Amino acid sequence: MSTSQKMIFVLTIITMFAGGILSTWDGVTRPLIEAYKLQELKKAIAEVLPVYESYDELNGNGMTLYVGRTDTVIEPVGIAFEAVGNGFQGKISIMVGVKPDFSEITGIKILEQIETPGLGTKIIEDPTNKEDRFWFPNQFRSLKTEPQIEVIKNVKPSKDNEIQAITGATISSRAVATILNQNIQAAKKIYQNKPN
Amino acid sequence: MASKKTAPLQEFIKGLWRENPVLASLLGLCPVLAVTNSAINGLAMGLATTFVLLSSSIIISLVRKVIPHQVRIASFIVIIATFVTVADRFLAAYFPLISKDLGPYVPLIVVNCIILGRQEAFSSKNNVFRSILDSSGMGIGFIVVLIILGGFREILGSSTFFGMTVLGEWFDPWMVMILPPGAFLGLGFFIAIANWINARGAKA
Repeated sequence: MSTSQKMIFVLTIITMFAGGILSTWDGVTRPLIEAYKLQELKKAIAEVLPVYESYDELNGNGMTLYVGRTDTVIEPVGIAFEAVGNGFQGKISIMVGVKPDFSEITGIKILEQIETPGLGTKIIEDPTNKEDRFWFPNQFRSLKTEPQIEVIKNVKPSKDNEIQAITGATISSRAVATILNQNIQAAKKIYQNKPN
Repeated sequence: MASKKTAPLQEFIKGLWRENPVLASLLGLCPVLAVTNSAINGLAMGLATTFVLLSSSIIISLVRKVIPHQVRIASFIVIIATFVTVADRFLAAYFPLISKDLGPYVPLIVVNCIILGRQEAFSSKNNVFRSILDSSGMGIGFIVVLIILGGFREILGSSTFFGMTVLGEWFDPWMVMILPPGAFLGLGFFIAIANWINARGAKA
């Protein structure tokens, strides 16, 4: 066998083995990874919506809306969806729950972010606030979305569509509000144009 | 080859201190700097890297005689990448939270120069037994440095160690330690200590 034949032969054998191992291992781990993703999704939806019994999915325009329902009332209890947009350093992804008319937020949960640790990460949890570590995300509960969410600095909000920015992380705070404002409008369009 | 003559125990021990991949050879610094913001992340990264290092060393020392010299790097990379993918999927399936924290740094083990370096310098020239000793020594040396650096940064930066609070309310965490500059400060500090100890040993 010439050297080049040997080279092709050996590399082929090695890559065949590698392919075999990887596809077997993929078969073992894929169901677990997908189950975890689904579990995380359900957990996030449950956190941002009022109590519901089941949800339907509604797809449109690259977004998936999760419409939460109870068995007793026809009207949905709320609509959850993932809102993605730019933060201070990278993408922020938020699970948002809103009332069926999109006028009020029922809850938000930050799914992914790479904000500055200790400053921008307070959008999830603020260990320096002893009274309420989740004061920032909690501000969004029952927040009015119309005409739009406003961010104010250094003073307590006085209107029901205002939130207070995190000191030292104004850009991250504004980013969350902007992402919500844009995505709520987009989701509203999808929901109102849905085929009945 | 000179390495054939060294005692088997020496092959293992050299990775712990004298040829420690991080403190002496300054290899694999990218994951060292990036994931050591807590002790648990350091441990997970160290274990994943050691798994890949050990498994690929075994395979490569077994097949070293059939791999033509011209395609050895390509073969090593395929073997290493296979084990890295196995480790990545393992973490994602069984330890999803750690996997999320480590992010892209697990797939990046493929290009970790400790691993390719050991294959090229050692496993492709030595038998399986010696390769296992060499790579487990290097792996343990790597894990120890990652845990120490991760623990050091976690204690000062979040006042916890492996998630448990170790410093009281009086301590105001140095946020900088869990940010990228803290990685450079911490690593520089430990390399300085290692060099100082070595210099003292050389004098005595």
